[in-house]
Amino acid sequence: MKILVCISKTPDTTAKIAFTDSNTKFDTNGVQWIINPSDEWYALVRAVELKEKDPSTVLHLISVGQADTDPIIRKALALGGDEAIRVNADSHDSFYIASQIAAVAKEGGYDLVFTGKETIDYNGSSIGGMVAELLDQPYIALATKFELNGVQASISREIEGGEEVAEVTLPLVLSASKGLAEQRIPNMKGIMGARTKPLKVVEPVAVDTLTTISSFGLPPAKAGVKLVDADNVDELVRLLHEEAKAI
Amino acid sequence: MSVLIFIDHAEEQIKKASLEAISYGVKIAQQTGTTAEGIVLGNLTDDLAVLGKYGVQKIHHAADANLDHLDAQQYTAAIAQLAQSINADVIVFSNNTTGKAIAPRLSAKLKAGLVSGAVALPDTTNGFTVKKNVFSGKAFANITITTPVKIIALSPNAYKIEEVGGSTELVTYTPTLAASKVKVISSTKASGEIPLAEAEIVVSGGRGLKGPENWGIVEDLAKVLHAGLACSRPVADAHWRPHNEHVGQTGGAIAPNLYIAIGISGAIQHLAGVNRSKVIVVINKDAEAPFFKAADYGIVGDAFEVVPKLTAAINKLKGA
Ligand SMILES: Cc1cc2nc3c(=O)[nH]c(=O)nc-3n(C[C@H](O)[C@H](O)[C@H](O)COP(=O)(O)OP(=O)(O)OC[C@H]3O[C@@H](n4cnc5c(N)ncnc54)[C@H](O)[C@@H]3O)c2cc1C
Repeated sequence: MKILVCISKTPDTTAKIAFTDSNTKFDTNGVQWIINPSDEWYALVRAVELKEKDPSTVLHLISVGQADTDPIIRKALALGGDEAIRVNADSHDSFYIASQIAAVAKEGGYDLVFTGKETIDYNGSSIGGMVAELLDQPYIALATKFELNGVQASISREIEGGEEVAEVTLPLVLSASKGLAEQRIPNMKGIMGARTKPLKVVEPVAVDTLTTISSFGLPPAKAGVKLVDADNVDELVRLLHEEAKAI
Repeated sequence: MSVLIFIDHAEEQIKKASLEAISYGVKIAQQTGTTAEGIVLGNLTDDLAVLGKYGVQKIHHAADANLDHLDAQQYTAAIAQLAQSINADVIVFSNNTTGKAIAPRLSAKLKAGLVSGAVALPDTTNGFTVKKNVFSGKAFANITITTPVKIIALSPNAYKIEEVGGSTELVTYTPTLAASKVKVISSTKASGEIPLAEAEIVVSGGRGLKGPENWGIVEDLAKVLHAGLACSRPVADAHWRPHNEHVGQTGGAIAPNLYIAIGISGAIQHLAGVNRSKVIVVINKDAEAPFFKAADYGIVGDAFEVVPKLTAAINKLKGA
């Protein structure tokens, strides 16, 4: 069994969101970086669990980014995985990144490719689907449970109005959502071990992007809260009905 | 040239998110002087002819039992074949769970640029630029699609459904499909009667409610308001509430008309998923709770006293 887990570097959830270069670039000044939460908490941890169950599993991590991504990759390796691959490229659009991942995945012949359900910066939710198409493999988006029986996977996924269980024969690509695994804190042994695990750097394949970011902006701030006395709930209802027209 | 709209359905019915996608696609067709056509995959009981009133001129329906369940690979193949045969240059999805499974695949297949989570109509004055949320709603970005065919996945609750009148021509569509590799075994309906992403009003509870046994007051309020239910992350992590109710930066992102937060402190990660709500009401016993800074209306008070009173007051309003 060979598993590839996609890891994205994203700003910390408390990072100040600001833009530079006339609102065309995210201002990385002072920003702390983390592993994208759904990549870490759900995709990576579930893959690590699969390897714990079957130690013959080969588990590789992949990230597309410059050398400043390495600390994030080491953090991910502290949770598990045999080695990591970094595609040495600036991040472009989702299609560019997915094409890089698909190129590595094709060559590596993985049975499973896991991504998080979306990144918390660009909220694209699209890498997994694109990789699956480029590999011509089934894609299960928003997986909440994953069990393996030989080459047969049983997967729960979010669908409109509920959840469903599907059976799929490997190879496949999935995006990981809440429920797939529980967040883990890396231990000392993991952190020490991660330092010496192989981190291969490969050069990107040539791909054209399909989109570009023209500009960023911030939503308008709220005007300020109107407080209503706890003993005067009727007044809140009146405001919601007459002023806000929300009920 | 035409706009092709993917019309999703669940439980045999066309859902609100699909009607939004239709209205959005029809508007783009009007703007660019082309026709709006729809594609429906799988069987359903809803009458497709009624969709004419939203302005979609033609609906291609593949009533194939093989398409009754979502298989992203097959759905993508079916949509791609039609898009190419009718020369669609804009393809519209809802960015719901189905759209998230298919739109990116289609983008890779057709080498057509995708904007997922769009919140406004494209600006075509200088290229083709679509506004979307980034940083989980803390900011937005204008994304320019540089390919001839464009794909947009519209954020739920971001575009108003509009009845423009008209009729639609229903045509049978028979895509060429390989055998499905995804076999659906069973399905379960989500908790709550109103799907969270589509809900106009959402009532949400946090750790301030102390335990799952206290959710009755939240559910009662949701009931009188016909609201969807949501919760903060620690509440879902502790399994007080199901995972699908978790909203925030790492849960669902929602944009209802009204969001009522009960016993939620308003951490930055929570706000990220809900700050697109039009009106925010916060009920918290701590006047210093950060949520009040992001709210339109607030009550400083004990949820266990305030919420039942609020439910009664709304009942009174509705009865009047
Ligand atoms: C990487 C990361 C991602 C995260 N993602 C998310 C996310 O997606 N969504 C999310 O919600 N959180 C997320 N969090 C967690 C977030 O930081 C907060 O810890 C969480 O939102 C707090 O939940 P809470 O408001 O329910 O609980 P608390 O912070 O414990 O707040 C409880 C509130 O209830 C009030 N209260 C108590 N008793 C009463 C009463 N009787 N009546 C009225 N009010 C009362 C208190 O005053 C307090 O304000 C994330 C954190 C991290 C680090």
